[in-house]
Amino acid sequence: MSAILKVKNLSMRFGGVVALNALDLEIHEGEIVALIGPNGAGKTTFFNCVTGIYKPTEGDVLLTARGQENIRLNGLKPNQVASKGMARTFQNIRLFQSMSVLENVMIGRHCRTKAYILGAILRNKATRDEEQETIEKSYAILKKIGLEKYVNESASNLPYGAQRRLEIARALATEPSLLLLDEPAAGMNPQETKELEELILRLQQEGQAILLIEHDMKLVMNLSHRIYVLDYGTLIATGTPQEIRNNPAVIKAYLGESDDDSQHRSHKEGANA
Amino acid sequence: MMSSLVPLLQETLRSLKVALWFVFLTFPIMVIKVHPLEKSIEWRWQNMIFVGLGTFILSIVARILMDQGKKRRKKRALQHAQKYTLVQTILREPKYLYPLAFATLAFGLVFPWIFSSYQTNIMITALMYVVLGLGLNIVVGLAGLLDLGYVAFYAVGAYSYALLNTHFDLGFWVVLPLGAILAAFFGILLGFPVLRLRGDYLAIVTLGFGEIIRLILENWNEFSQGPSGISNIDRPGFFGIELTLDQSITYLFYLMLLLVVFTIFVVNRLQDSRLGRAWVALREDEIACQAMGIDKTKTKLTAFALGAMWAGMVGVIFAAKTTFINPASFTFLESAIILAIVVIGGMGSVVGVIVGAFVLILLPEYLRALSEYRMLAFGAIMVLVMIYRPQGIISTAKRHIQYKPKPDDKHKKQAADPS
Repeated sequence: MSAILKVKNLSMRFGGVVALNALDLEIHEGEIVALIGPNGAGKTTFFNCVTGIYKPTEGDVLLTARGQENIRLNGLKPNQVASKGMARTFQNIRLFQSMSVLENVMIGRHCRTKAYILGAILRNKATRDEEQETIEKSYAILKKIGLEKYVNESASNLPYGAQRRLEIARALATEPSLLLLDEPAAGMNPQETKELEELILRLQQEGQAILLIEHDMKLVMNLSHRIYVLDYGTLIATGTPQEIRNNPAVIKAYLGESDDDSQHRSHKEGANA
Repeated sequence: MMSSLVPLLQETLRSLKVALWFVFLTFPIMVIKVHPLEKSIEWRWQNMIFVGLGTFILSIVARILMDQGKKRRKKRALQHAQKYTLVQTILREPKYLYPLAFATLAFGLVFPWIFSSYQTNIMITALMYVVLGLGLNIVVGLAGLLDLGYVAFYAVGAYSYALLNTHFDLGFWVVLPLGAILAAFFGILLGFPVLRLRGDYLAIVTLGFGEIIRLILENWNEFSQGPSGISNIDRPGFFGIELTLDQSITYLFYLMLLLVVFTIFVVNRLQDSRLGRAWVALREDEIACQAMGIDKTKTKLTAFALGAMWAGMVGVIFAAKTTFINPASFTFLESAIILAIVVIGGMGSVVGVIVGAFVLILLPEYLRALSEYRMLAFGAIMVLVMIYRPQGIISTAKRHIQYKPKPDDKHKKQAADPS
């Protein structure tokens, strides 16, 4: 299995704060990889670095996608990253609320279509065909995700779980080689989480490589082939779910070391909640 | 009985307070009248009573109306079902919309023959603002970029015709596309530095840009002849035939009508295209938009350029219509009026902008009967529209793309369904 994403020695500093410290990570074809860690460990910063929202201070992000090998992603803008073949969802839902469900997915097709000003005004055959194809493909994706009954509905009217799935549908519309999911199960009820798990598994079986940030440990352990654990911007462990579960460093990061240490931590988390 | 009486009493008391407050506020101007020459003061106590009574009654009427409005809204919220208003239904149904559009167009075609050239002239101005509004609607309504310096592009168009005509003797038809291109170029020029800005910040920078263009025109005498302006600009040519003043007004009217139809056509198509979708998405969420592969820079610059283009064209026509231009025609007030057309008409709605332009341009003309109270009434109408229809006179019943499963799709479903 060849690697789709290779992250080498990735660091991100905001002034004196080291948010990510010399990270190495690799994702292979058809794999589900999870990135976990306590709150503030730098998971979302990692996503933002990889997808071009932040420019990493050091290191390399290399993507093998769409027939091109080792495309260097750092320094590219988010839209360029998306058209190179990597799509993401957001931790807090960022749908286009006033648009319909279908139109949301059609936005995802934007970087795979070409019509521009002249095409829009003349509406020639090529443009009409492209538009029709966009609609058909978007609908096919909605069907795959199981949202086809909402197709003409406004995105803001969707139930919460469906909105999360629509984000995934929109990301899939960019035909990504690698799909990044930022806490897809956040705020979902157990039933919705279960449906999400099935969906992710189905995507993986179709050959989709997925990188997942998630706090729901059950979901992570059930789905992922490999797990990376981040704490304070540093990778502290990597391995299969079984290995991670028994790794003392991970347990320490999540629960704290000694008795009073753990009390301190849980107190802090309680205050945050 | 008591329960209904108490709020009534409270409301009356509140209105009384409002009335007293108004009496106090207007006391110096309404009651005291100083005659400086005779060194005497006149106390007009009857005015105080009028102000007090008038405010009290108006306040009570306003309260009753607001109360009813609240009840009605509650009722509507209960019914819940999304129903379109009459206007929206007409706009959504082609079988109503097309005849209406054709009737309007037919009326437009015979307009100069029915009405005087004075009326035609006013209508030309209104049509010009329709195009300006539709142009700004691309930037503000679709792409959500608040532009307060739109008049700058209008000025670019007007001055490019004025200068090219006086110095190089270029004709109207040559400069019309040239003015559009120049304005679009200036749109991109403005677009570059403001790419990162949004909302209030963007508004301030665009406001500054508009003022810069005006100040350059006002102070660079060698280039634009400063505040004295440029005169003797040629009217649009008509196959080399000399036209009388009335004829040229009629000619300009038809020209404007044609441009309006063309603008509506283009703007409508842009709105329903891949590019139009990208604009709306950009307005909704910039970060998500980029993550989905939309080039923010390119999309924003296209919006600025395509918006500015119309202003450039109308600028050329404006210069040709008045045959004289000076920087006084391109003040901030002009930008504000065009923006008001878009907002009052209904942001993002083509028909709304057209109605908005007619209301804002024609209303002051037809309110001339009220002489000095004209602008007061105009302002009051604007305030009322914004209070009762904050979404604009004609709000967008946004046309979503309706997906209908293909017939063979249905077959499959029926085949799967035993019933």
